[in-house]
Amino acid sequence: MATVIIPPTEKVASVPKPRRVRVWRGVILLLALVYFAGPMLVSFLFTIDNHEQGWSLDAYGQIFSVEGFTQSLLLSLELGVSTIVLVLLLTLPAMLAVRLGAPRLRPVLEVVCTLPLVVPPITFVAGISTVLRWGPDYLADSPFYQTIIAVQNPSFPLVLVFAYVILALPFAYRAIDAGLAALDVRTLVEAARNLGASWPHVMFRVIVPNLRSGLASAAFLTLALVLGEFTVAQLLAFRTFPVWIVTISGSQAQVSVAVSVFSLLLSWLILLFVSYAGRKRR
Amino acid sequence: MNGAKVEFRGLRRQFGTTVALDGLDLTLEPGELVALLGPSGCGKTTALRCVAGFEHPDAGAVLVDGKDITRVPANRRETGMVFQSYSLFPNLSAIDNVGFGLRVRRMGPAQRRSRAQELLELVGLPTQGDRYPHQLSGGQQQRVALARALAVEPRVLLLDEPLSALDAKVRVQLREEIRRLQLTLGITTIFVTHDQEEALSVADRVAVLRDGRLEQVAEPPMLYDRPATPFVAEFVGTMNHVPGRISGSSVTVLGKLLPVDGEIPATPDVEVLIRPEAVLVSPDDEGRGLIVASSFRGSSVRLRVELSDGVELIADVPGHDSVRLAPGTRVSVDLVQRPVLVAAGAPREAATVTAEAVEAG
Repeated sequence: MATVIIPPTEKVASVPKPRRVRVWRGVILLLALVYFAGPMLVSFLFTIDNHEQGWSLDAYGQIFSVEGFTQSLLLSLELGVSTIVLVLLLTLPAMLAVRLGAPRLRPVLEVVCTLPLVVPPITFVAGISTVLRWGPDYLADSPFYQTIIAVQNPSFPLVLVFAYVILALPFAYRAIDAGLAALDVRTLVEAARNLGASWPHVMFRVIVPNLRSGLASAAFLTLALVLGEFTVAQLLAFRTFPVWIVTISGSQAQVSVAVSVFSLLLSWLILLFVSYAGRKRR
Repeated sequence: MNGAKVEFRGLRRQFGTTVALDGLDLTLEPGELVALLGPSGCGKTTALRCVAGFEHPDAGAVLVDGKDITRVPANRRETGMVFQSYSLFPNLSAIDNVGFGLRVRRMGPAQRRSRAQELLELVGLPTQGDRYPHQLSGGQQQRVALARALAVEPRVLLLDEPLSALDAKVRVQLREEIRRLQLTLGITTIFVTHDQEEALSVADRVAVLRDGRLEQVAEPPMLYDRPATPFVAEFVGTMNHVPGRISGSSVTVLGKLLPVDGEIPATPDVEVLIRPEAVLVSPDDEGRGLIVASSFRGSSVRLRVELSDGVELIADVPGHDSVRLAPGTRVSVDLVQRPVLVAAGAPREAATVTAEAVEAG
């Protein structure tokens, strides 16, 4: 009998430890959940709380009819897409060239691309607006002056694209760098070159398809940044989506929060789509 | 496919202060498989990359069928290369990998597919075409890489240690298949390797490189039996260096009179170079040798034998003798009766290499 009894007691002795760990896991998960989900839940409750009729989803219905919504959202999306295209066109070839041709310059490129993270946007925008005020009147006929005017066109402010490209550099760099690290870029490029591929062919048929997830996350991070950026757009007086949300929050607080919740859902959808697109091949 | 003649002419390449190639001259006849053999850093891969166009020589030229291709960009060289690391495109299936070069050459999809399938059959993977690289074993990946390189009907096949990432068994099997294919297609091939057994077993000729220079190029049996320099003697196989004394056209070594092969040095006291398999060892209580170490390799055993006069010998004996010839056994030592190579003086590095050979096994 004794031999039968011993194993269970051993088991009992060894169980409490993992259980305690599991309890702590649960506690930490709960805390994190409260921290992240709490504000969202409160925002959502605020938008559906209606004093006269009790709970209602009216605020969400109003979103699309409020003046300026479509215009500002479209502007922000356009800015986002242009920024993505530009930042990828800048970083990807540069990173490939450095990896293949001058590996010693990698730390330099890394520092340059990460630098925008440590510059506060307010400093950044102060610099930009100073530059934009450089064009004195007597230069009005010069191409320089016209360029400065053209980049500030309110219907599509190129100057914001340039600013966002700088702000997005660290994110794009990190995402692409992680993607490249997972590939043996040199061997793939040499294999393709050896088989007769020209450089554009190598780029679009070999590198880009194998960097899908890295490029997708670079694009997503950039889009998220552009859709949420307030300081630069506000101080240069352009009406992007976040600026518009702040503007209407004075008059229609409930709608502005509803718009925020809505844009949050939108970015979740994009994120899901991106991670699906990146994982498809695996 | 017809092989091309490949010539290296005075090839020189320097990286900073390291000289990777120091005036390499070598000619490959059409259809020939030449192995470039040497320790790491001897310039063998650099030489291969100069043919592929990934490396540009500081001086000298690479000629294919008499045409200087030194300045031709890598994608116009018509060479097929198999890399040491797995180089298949991860986003393409095996058959699309093989068809990549054909696609670049604008071959239609149907024709491309049938040609790629043909090549997959050639390398022994007729049913794996739809698999992706990560679903293939290392050996299979290298087979696909070989098919991909051959698909474009290159004039020169370049193999950059294609087998070094594979298991021993797959390695032997695949190298024999590479040789079979190469003979069937008659394609001029440069095979870079640091494994002397690999080089000796597949190549028509083996070129031994050291510090960017050609030490010797010869057919495998010739290279093994008649190494031109002490370096080649040490690098290809193992050599014993035993003191001997010249008398006429023979040499007395370990009490045996053997004919001398090749040049006879002016000094009477020489080093006699003897392969481990030419050393005969038999148990003998009165013998002058003592076995001090033994390493078992299955088919053979490598013994380190210390003679009473302090000379150490390495001897390879059949594996089934390992019990009879255990360490601590006293033995008598004899040499196979055949011509031997002699060298004047004692190259010091040789002695250390010989001692390491047993430990490294």
